[in-house]
Amino acid sequence: MCGPSVRVNGSPRPLVAAVVADLVREMGLDARRGIAVALNGTVVPRTEWVSRAVRDGDEIEIVGAAQGG
Amino acid sequence: MHDENPGWTLAGRAFRSRLLLGSARYPSRRVLLDALGESGTEIVTVAVRRVAPSEEGSESLYDALGAAGYALLPNTAGCYTSRDAVLTAQLAREMLGTSWVKLEVLDDDETLLPDVEELLAAARTLVELGFEVLPYTNDDPVTARKLEDVGCAAVMPLGAPIGSGLGIRNPHAIESIRARAAVPVIVDAGVGTASDVSLAFELGCDAVLLNSAVARAHDPVRMARAMCHAAAAGRDAWLAGRIPRRFLAERSTPDDGRIETRGRKT
Repeated sequence: MCGPSVRVNGSPRPLVAAVVADLVREMGLDARRGIAVALNGTVVPRTEWVSRAVRDGDEIEIVGAAQGG
Repeated sequence: MHDENPGWTLAGRAFRSRLLLGSARYPSRRVLLDALGESGTEIVTVAVRRVAPSEEGSESLYDALGAAGYALLPNTAGCYTSRDAVLTAQLAREMLGTSWVKLEVLDDDETLLPDVEELLAAARTLVELGFEVLPYTNDDPVTARKLEDVGCAAVMPLGAPIGSGLGIRNPHAIESIRARAAVPVIVDAGVGTASDVSLAFELGCDAVLLNSAVARAHDPVRMARAMCHAAAAGRDAWLAGRIPRRFLAERSTPDDGRIETRGRKT
């Protein structure tokens, strides 16, 4: 991928978002309750989504509750 | 049914039901919710997984279980290292707003047995980070004691490997863990049917966590009800105090006043 990109949940994606909150909105998940975000292996609390910058090459995980035992 | 000691306490929170249920592998969301209801459980385990971009119209598991009033217990299923388990627990705390975690650190995906060294390391770290750690562990009294020593809120020994349905393979080990632990002992994994649940309580365990035995039963809702009865029966038997085992028979009907005829038995 040319131009700045990030990996979201293991898949490459062109970097459009400036902050974590933009990315969550891009994924259509901004209204979803019960999700969490990790940036490069560290949890970003929901209160910091609007301020935490997303940069070229970042690895982002967006997770939620799934069936489990 | 009458239980003189109906409730129990886990990490400072009081519960009535002594069953914890998993939310995986049910034939449908409807059957899951019906089975949970029938079991009487108050605590339901969930996994932490990557979410797909917005699935419009489908209610999330989080919303469905939350609306039904269950306490959600996130697990670290799928973690093979302490590092992954700690990050998963931190994500779970953020996404569910709970500091409780069912800590699972496995060695390999064939046996699904715990990796004790990684488990202990993760437990220590998570306790330091303020988590209430509920570790899935071997039926090994020494490991159980170490987990308690690092500050776990309970110990959760397996009855048998995950999903095996083999029941409690080493009742003596479970009994030994129970006898030595000051925290709740929850049998986690291996339950196949109702009698396995009863046995766990007959051995003095505080609770049982089960998933496959209900979810994969031919009729999950009916099996959930059976598990609820089994828990009550086993718990009552434990409180009642079972008779000691004997090698030889001991008559129950008194001999006094029995009739006697002459002659020898031919």
